Amino acid sequence: MSTTIITPEDIIKKGKIVFKKTENMTDNTLSYCPGCGHGVAHRLVMEVVEEMGITEKTIGVAPVGCSVLAYDFMNVDMTQAAHGRAPAVATGIKRVFPEKYVFTYQGDGDLAAIGTAETIHACNRGENIVIIFINNGIYGMTGGQMAPTTLDGMKSSTSPYGRAVETMGYPLKITEMVAALPGVSYATRQAVHQAKYVRKAKKAIQKAFENQRDEKGTSIVEIVSNCNSGWKMSPEKANEWLDENMLTYFPLGDIKK
Amino acid sequence: MAKVRGAVVINTEACKGCDLCVVACPTDVLKLNEQVNAKGYNPAFPANHEACTACKICALVCPDMCITVYQYKPEK
Amino acid sequence: MKYFQKGTHKKSKTKMEDVKLMKGNEALAEAAIRAGADAYFGYPITPQSEVIEYLMQERPEDRTGMIVLQAESEIAAINMVYGAAGAGKKAMTSSSSPGISLKQEGISYLAGSELPCLIVNVVRAGPGLGTIQPGQSDYFQATKGGGHGDYRLIVLAPSTVQEMADFVDLSFELAFKYRNPAMILSDGAIGQMMEKVYLPEQKKRLTNEEIIEKYGSWATTGKTKNRERNIITSLALKPEVMEKHNIHLQEKYKRITENEVRYEELQCEDADYILVAYGSSARICQKTVQLGREKGIKIGIIRPITLWPYPSGIIAAYADKVKGFLSVEMNAGQMVEDVRLAVNGKTPVEHFGKMGGIIPTPAEVLEALEEKLILNK
Repeated sequence: MSTTIITPEDIIKKGKIVFKKTENMTDNTLSYCPGCGHGVAHRLVMEVVEEMGITEKTIGVAPVGCSVLAYDFMNVDMTQAAHGRAPAVATGIKRVFPEKYVFTYQGDGDLAAIGTAETIHACNRGENIVIIFINNGIYGMTGGQMAPTTLDGMKSSTSPYGRAVETMGYPLKITEMVAALPGVSYATRQAVHQAKYVRKAKKAIQKAFENQRDEKGTSIVEIVSNCNSGWKMSPEKANEWLDENMLTYFPLGDIKK
Repeated sequence: MAKVRGAVVINTEACKGCDLCVVACPTDVLKLNEQVNAKGYNPAFPANHEACTACKICALVCPDMCITVYQYKPEK
Repeated sequence: MKYFQKGTHKKSKTKMEDVKLMKGNEALAEAAIRAGADAYFGYPITPQSEVIEYLMQERPEDRTGMIVLQAESEIAAINMVYGAAGAGKKAMTSSSSPGISLKQEGISYLAGSELPCLIVNVVRAGPGLGTIQPGQSDYFQATKGGGHGDYRLIVLAPSTVQEMADFVDLSFELAFKYRNPAMILSDGAIGQMMEKVYLPEQKKRLTNEEIIEKYGSWATTGKTKNRERNIITSLALKPEVMEKHNIHLQEKYKRITENEVRYEELQCEDADYILVAYGSSARICQKTVQLGREKGIKIGIIRPITLWPYPSGIIAAYADKVKGFLSVEMNAGQMVEDVRLAVNGKTPVEHFGKMGGIIPTPAEVLEALEEKLILNK
């Protein structure tokens, strides 16, 4: 047994790297707020693409919202779509490039409000694409307005007294909705605010891309995430709140597999 | 058997001081620095580096991909 | 009036089986397959549904590999075009006025992102749901931008079924040459009428490698190791970057204006009065010239083929020579503004139009010319 004292410096020098940033992410500093789940979700998608060896065949579609600049961070060919239209744009790309991997990366306002028609019909056609759906229950980029996924009673800048479902509608479980469509092969809800969830979310994203490889139809991976700026909480508190509130209404797990 | 040791290198300039790695670390390796980086954030640093086990939990939850994790398995 | 204009189909090479009696919409659809288009995305609306119906019937996927897809809306269709065009492919859509209004968001994004594509508007009279009868009331929308922001489409106006066919390939050529969306601005009459058409020869669809070789590597074809990632976007958050992009667009539009004006003139050499008309109106005016000349009124026609860039030069050239221009349009007076800008006050410019889906008769046009330019002078 070795008796020499190993310092952290020695470990960095002699040890092996067990985690580093994927080369599929650029060196641009992420434009997201401190603690925002977008960064983890970006990384997971890009890690899966790297590990599957499909970087050269992957085309991403960025939405309107906080992740409008996803193409600044994801080091693959990307198209920025009009608000809500990402599934239609992805359809256009996938139909002319059936051999490539196409994914959309959309927030809840983009996917579940203004883009509801595009989402449902792309899923209904069973477009062979991956939809990554970030659900943080709020419009982040425009400053914390009510989203279709805002919880009952939850305050936002356009529901300052809390969402009143009687007049403002109910938080929309769109992943459950599209799971009912025959074109959808895989619908799952994941989270990225704790390491155990991050590991599961990555497996789900990988499965979604594998489904595309195997031409199984649409795969949608919802990721329940935080918006600490919009929720007006510290990152730590936001994640606790997410655990206690968001996950109660939006339970994690596979909805269709 | 000697235990697995770990170490982290943190990209201090990319760190936004969100504290999530500090909260997540099971062996309390990390803390936020009182010194701010160029962007004005208090970046994380390994204050108790000897306790690192290379479990990668900090890196998994880091939204800004600031953490590189090294692992060292001493020979038996 | 010779309708076979420069750059259009050469009759001599045509085989007998390629001469057909077709509806304008069908001729356009067949020409799209033959132009080597990669994808059509559409949504049914009268009076242009024959385009997608013909394509679905013809199975172009088997003939050339061309994709045809019926979208859930005009909005989805134009965004599918955006995706496919961003992938470097020849993509197109077609619709009619209310549907084109829905597409404007996507068209603005296409222009902002500098994507080549073809949008066909078989115009019906509006506003609102309007009527299904032909109109020319989308002139402003087509030529002045239509959607938000400072941008232009290359707009071609066919006046025959032959031109419905010929302008497809021409539109794609211009669109790719300048990386700019092109529009065919037709109308319900041209779309629905049947005429003899000489169909163009089948062009091969380009492979990805040929696209890159011909047009450069800007499209989202998958990031290879030897290049940076390609990004299709119209977003620039920094105003100085956005301004630079706008300046670049305006310089491009200037180049298009200098190089791509197309028009046809008929009997203008000795004319005292010139009718300016495009599409169905131009066909009517052809007869008006004949009626006028029989009465001793020397009339000529300038028919803009490109509505943008507008043939202002030829109109300005005649402004010193004639006693007046009459802009004949199936609307309340839209193109007349461009005629007035070109004439710049040198001679009277009047408008005659029928609205609501009514096509003017040659006699009505002549009567209007006499009343507005001769009697009331």
